[in-house]
Order: sequence, then C-alpha cells, then structure tokens
Amino acid sequence: MSYEVDGQEIATDEEGYITDLSDWTPELAEVIAKAEGVEMTDEHWAVVNFLRDYYEEYQIAPAVRVLIKSIKKSMGPEVGNNKYMYELFPYGPAKQACKIAGLPKPTGCV
Amino acid sequence: MATLHTVNKSPFETQALLSCLGHTKAGDTVLLIEDGVYGAVGNTALADAVAGLGGAVTLAVLAPDLKARGIDEGRLMDGVKTVDYAGFVELAAEHDRTQAWL
Amino acid sequence: MEDGVKKFLYVNRKAPYGTIYALEALEVVLIGAAFDQDVSLAFLDDGVFQLTKAQDTKEIGVKNFSPTFRALGDYEVTKLYVEKESLDERGLTADDLQEITYEDEDDDWAEKPSIIIVSRSEMADVMAGQDVILSF
Repeated sequence: MSYEVDGQEIATDEEGYITDLSDWTPELAEVIAKAEGVEMTDEHWAVVNFLRDYYEEYQIAPAVRVLIKSIKKSMGPEVGNNKYMYELFPYGPAKQACKIAGLPKPTGCV
Repeated sequence: MATLHTVNKSPFETQALLSCLGHTKAGDTVLLIEDGVYGAVGNTALADAVAGLGGAVTLAVLAPDLKARGIDEGRLMDGVKTVDYAGFVELAAEHDRTQAWL
Repeated sequence: MEDGVKKFLYVNRKAPYGTIYALEALEVVLIGAAFDQDVSLAFLDDGVFQLTKAQDTKEIGVKNFSPTFRALGDYEVTKLYVEKESLDERGLTADDLQEITYEDEDDDWAEKPSIIIVSRSEMADVMAGQDVILSF
C-alpha cells in the first residue's frame, strides 16, 4: 500500500501508516484522510496537530484516553470527549488520527 | 512479607547478585539458578560478600543447575540450601512476591 | 487502596541502548498503565543511566526514548524511585537526570516532581512493599 502526493509515491506499512515519518506533509495528511473517508475540518486539524506536537515532545503517540484527556484540557470538554472524538475519527481517534498525522500506531493499540 | 529473589547470572559476569544482596530484607530467600549457581560456591573471591548476609537471608541453589555444571554440593558455602524444581515452586508459593534479578 | 488495585513495581537495572531491556520496560509500563493499578518505577544500578539528560541517539540509528519518560505523568505513572548509591557509584547526581514532572489532578493540576531519590535501604523497603515486581 502507498499514497501519492504530487506524483511522489509515499511508502506505508500494510495498515497504511507511513514508514518514514519525515515523508509527512499537510498535503499528505489530506490524501491519507481521503483514503480513510475523513473530510478534514479545523477540529480534525487541531487533533492531528496536537498528536504531532505530542510525538515531537515525547517520541510516542499517546494512548486514546491520554489524547482525550489532553485535548479536553487544552481545547475544552466540547471537543475533548469520547463521543466527539469518535465522530471526528470513526475508526478511533488515536489510531486513525495518528495515521493521518503520519505517526506510528499508538503503543498498546492492536 | 518476605521476597523470593532469583539470580540467574554468574556474579563474576554481572553485579546482579551483589545488587540483590544489597536489597534483601531479613526473612527473604535468594535462589541462585542457571549461571547464578556459581555464586554459591565457597572459596571464591565473592564468597565473603555472600557469606556476609549473616543468616538473616536464606541462600538456596537449584540442584539441577549445579549438577549440569559439575559442581559438587560439597563445594558450596556453608548454610546454602539446595532445592529441586518442586522446591523452587514451594519457595515461590511460600513468599509474598518473587523478584528476578536479571 | 481500592479493591483489586495492586502495587506494581517495574525495576530497571540496565543502561538504555546496549540492550533492549530499557525500551521494552517502558513500553510495558505504557501499555500496563491502561489497567489502573498503582504503578511505580525503580531505577538502580545501570538503570539510572536511562534518566540522564542530553541523550542524542541520531548517530547510532536507534530511537531516543528518554523524552518518553516525561510523558509518564499523562499515564498516571508518577513515582520514579532512583537509588542514590547507584548514582554515586556512577559519578552522577540528581542534577544529571532530566526533569520529570506530573500534574496533580487532586491539587489543582500543580506540577510536581516524579523522580524520588531514595537510599539503597529505602529502595529495599519500596520493593518489599509491592504486590508484583517486574524486572527488566
């Protein structure tokens, strides 16, 4: 499996997570999101950007409950709750948003 | 509230046994297994440190690992207890927790 | 203590990059944190090297996981016991360790240090007070 951005092919693992994290660009995020059936809104971008910042700082993608707790703290309870996050990312906010953010699957996700 | 400590490396290779002995409490048992059994032999450079436990801690070795390495029980330090696999299980059951020193 | 909550101690005695133990331990801690137990970490012997500042693994081609220790607070892992004697033996002091903090939910999210420097005999007490000890 791979994605294509501007004629460039981006390699992924069998689940669609990109293999070289430095390949990521916002354009690629849009392409991955489309493949996932997700229409990127400002709220989606806020989560994706949060994940990228978290990874940059701690070198891990947070577990979903950590993600939701942190989002709740930084963006308020109307965004930082399970229901809303699953509306944004139906296949799981950690799993699917990490894929779009160009990060590895969160530790402990199967 | 005693702990069963296991050590599976030779004390001549790693600090595991010495570190373990530095963290034991009265009533604990230190069971030497695999290459750890070399730590129970008397007349070695380490025997003093091990003997310094002063009886508050029981030192045991797993007999099949001794046998495999050709170590006669007569060469062990005084007071070292030998156990077989069933004895290992009993020790684990008698203590409140098991801590492996890798 | 709540029903069913056990005290788990993860014992770290190996330096970070020469073997896989340290990274594996950290991954197990992160995964295990989902089970809402009372988790502590112990760093003694070469394990204290895991927490030193200024690690940069770019040129050895392995992941630098030292920043991940700073995320443990988010996982409600807030007790990192570090043995003073192990630091001393290696010519280290608490200042050589990175700062690791957590936000205390019960104290208006006040930021508090996660690292607790203990003596060898205090470390023995910490170990003796556990229900389960996992060694790495």
